[in-house]
Amino acid sequence: MRSDGIDRWLYPTPRGLYCEPADAYIDPASAVDRAIITHGHSDHARPGHGAVLATAETVAIMKVRLGEEAVGRFEAAPLGTVLHIGGVSVRLVPAGHILGSAQVVLEWNGQRAVVSGDYKRSADPTCLPFEPILCDVFVTEATFALPVFRHEPAASEVARLLTSLRRNPDRAHLVGAYGLGKCQRVIRLARDAGYDKPIYLHGAHMAVTELYQNHGIALGEIRAVADTKPADLAGALVLCPPSAVSDRWSRRFPDPVTAFASGWMRIKGRVRQSGVELPLVISDHADWPELIDTVLETQAEDVWVTHGRDDALVYELTRRGLKARALALVGFEDEGE
Amino acid sequence: MQAFALLLDTLTTTPSRKGKLTLLVDYFRTAPDPDRGFALAALTDGLFPRLPLRRSLATLLETRVDPVLYALSRDYVGDTAETVALMWPAPAISAPAERGRTPSLSEVVASLANAPPTEVAPILGDLLDRLDVRGRWALLKLVGGAPRVGVSARLAKTALAEMSGHAVSEIEEIWHALEPPYSDLFLWLTGNGPRPDAGGKPVFRPLMLAHAIEEQDWSSFAPEEFAAEWKWDGIRVQIAAHGEHVRIFSRTGDDISRSFPEIVSAFLGREVLLDGELLVARDGLVAPFNDLQQRLNRKAVTGRMLKDHPAHVRLYDLLIDGSEDLREMSFRDRRKRLEAWFAAKRPPLADISPLVPFATRDELDALWGDARETGIEGLMLKRWSSPYLSGRPRGHWFKWKRAALTLDCVLMYAQRGSGKRSSYYSDYTFGVWRELAEPALEGTPRGDIYPGHELVPVGKAYSGFTDAELLEIDRFVRNHTVEQFGPVRAVEPRLVLEVAFDAIFASSRHKSGLAMRFPRIHRIRWDKPPQEADTLDTAKRLMEQPAAENAKQAPSTD
Repeated sequence: MRSDGIDRWLYPTPRGLYCEPADAYIDPASAVDRAIITHGHSDHARPGHGAVLATAETVAIMKVRLGEEAVGRFEAAPLGTVLHIGGVSVRLVPAGHILGSAQVVLEWNGQRAVVSGDYKRSADPTCLPFEPILCDVFVTEATFALPVFRHEPAASEVARLLTSLRRNPDRAHLVGAYGLGKCQRVIRLARDAGYDKPIYLHGAHMAVTELYQNHGIALGEIRAVADTKPADLAGALVLCPPSAVSDRWSRRFPDPVTAFASGWMRIKGRVRQSGVELPLVISDHADWPELIDTVLETQAEDVWVTHGRDDALVYELTRRGLKARALALVGFEDEGE
Repeated sequence: MQAFALLLDTLTTTPSRKGKLTLLVDYFRTAPDPDRGFALAALTDGLFPRLPLRRSLATLLETRVDPVLYALSRDYVGDTAETVALMWPAPAISAPAERGRTPSLSEVVASLANAPPTEVAPILGDLLDRLDVRGRWALLKLVGGAPRVGVSARLAKTALAEMSGHAVSEIEEIWHALEPPYSDLFLWLTGNGPRPDAGGKPVFRPLMLAHAIEEQDWSSFAPEEFAAEWKWDGIRVQIAAHGEHVRIFSRTGDDISRSFPEIVSAFLGREVLLDGELLVARDGLVAPFNDLQQRLNRKAVTGRMLKDHPAHVRLYDLLIDGSEDLREMSFRDRRKRLEAWFAAKRPPLADISPLVPFATRDELDALWGDARETGIEGLMLKRWSSPYLSGRPRGHWFKWKRAALTLDCVLMYAQRGSGKRSSYYSDYTFGVWRELAEPALEGTPRGDIYPGHELVPVGKAYSGFTDAELLEIDRFVRNHTVEQFGPVRAVEPRLVLEVAFDAIFASSRHKSGLAMRFPRIHRIRWDKPPQEADTLDTAKRLMEQPAAENAKQAPSTD
């Protein structure tokens, strides 16, 4: 088989997925000499590496979140351009997850592996769409790899949020959303749906949101909650980290409608646990049909599953006649999703 | 079906009563007939009493869903109906036109209501194919029985009252004469028809309720103006008998006749509306409330149940005698009529709640003071001159519960509240000390506050404190968390809560083997060292001894 022996030059280690001839780790869990980073979320982009190769946007995100000096050297690779590292051709192509997110395409000795990082297939106005690449081995995530996960169209979920804002004009709407990607996507979808009032942010969300705006993503008027009189927040749309919704921080809003934008909101048990009034099923990860379709589209013979509900995905792909296995990589979380 | 599914789904995440009411009123205003009537039935008495849901789903899943993926999903989701709704595969023919229109709620009812058990699976399969994920979830919840969305029958009726401007008691009075889809009711509520007539069927009349007596009530209290009765530890019921039709209603107007067939039989053939207390009694002795609990919420009553937990009604008011409505009469006159009626009819499994004679406030105080010792829940004080007024009118009936018991307990876990309290740890689980049988050999673990002892939970409470106190406990919880599980935090055993409760009894609910009735936080003992909190032995001593139950026999009136 074409994929035979790829695991001799690309394989999991305790520090993460390692490409031996390039001497580089992809999204390593701890500090290494050379890292290739798929995107800026903190469980993928960690500080302390000697050198980091990533898209220009991911580099910018890492600098804002981790500091200019977080790694020894940042190298921004243009999307689609082939680089040669220790004889391995390396190319970054869009993954559709968040701004700057990329799949890593690795070619060596006539074999091709694609490491997806996190990805989704549904439309997102804040990043480039996922580009399927034919390959021998496809390394995929599996955050939402159960057939119960079929995400709603994000636009219709945001429409529910805006309806609730109209129905409760005196109540601030406190939307828990992951600070990198989800927050800006929700804002942009609200703008696309015609919401033109200022949108208020928790302090933790300000810097990355500005970065998005500097990268040409129009988000309209953004204000910091901290700079606003509580009285002016009645009926406002406010985004904050998910944990802040039930934190003491939220007590400044007298009678808020609490919301949570996440793929997990598909499951009522998770909704109950989060205690929010308005669950919004908005995810930046592929849902079950997207995962299966993507794997099939790449025509990979062998599929490696990095993190998430790998048992169901491995089972389903095996059932369909593919080779599939779980890498059980450590260090990845189910994200503040 | 979509509008109803959206209503159910939204209700599950709407914490406030007001928010729920708004949603219900909106739905009842806008949904067409007969859909809204069926929705009303689903929210109150349930739509389908006995469909073989589990078996039908098993049949359906076999052909539609991979068993391994189903098992993994069910494990993750934790709820069968939800799992099926979420993973139900799109039917082979995907064009909506070919799949058939999305069924309305009334179509769902029509297709399932009279389906033979073997047909339920294919009918369900067809409906699931034609619904979206929310609709599928709502359908399976409906078929599974009453959908638990935090709406009581009473709240649904309150929404009808709000939508129509009629009093909720007007709706309750005719409720039990009506049937789904309640078309006549909605005609009346929307001003397009007359108030439906109860047509001689036994119906519920809203009850007269008592206020807890407060300090200021005593200043105007004149002993000669009041009758006293014992307060019984059962549930309030109304017995409506109209010849062959006998109904037993709970205080909220739920029909609980099916759970108590022996009481129904006892009142067959009578023409009467009575107010009283439903109890379990053996040989004239009232059993603890827990015994009655075994009989509540049971659709089918076994012969064994009837024998081991025999029901009994203690009557205390007569509202309608034959065709004569006595509610305008004074309590004094109604009482005379009740005694006369009882003497003449002598229904089995019933007696009259005796009047407790007293002449002065001091005598009353003495009776109340002995209440716990005599195994009585407290006293009821009823104004002799009061008519029977539905609702909770001020100044007519008072309940005077026996003094609460208290225990000093230690806070163990705190859970975040919901709605306005969602940023506060406001629900507290507390425990008492139990001596360890074998003290740890390794010496005491670091931070062990009371060596040789462990805390065992005895109860949970979320009331009794002020907003300012809530803020302080919340701060304590956040600063002393040792572990966090979702919305729950385990805290260091440092804070003593003085918990007040009405009774403590054996129960498997908590690890201590005890549970409390009506626990609330009485005082927060910031000053008290945790190792001085009460022990399990102390808690057990507060249980009512079976011997004391002899005193539960009705004190004799003559």
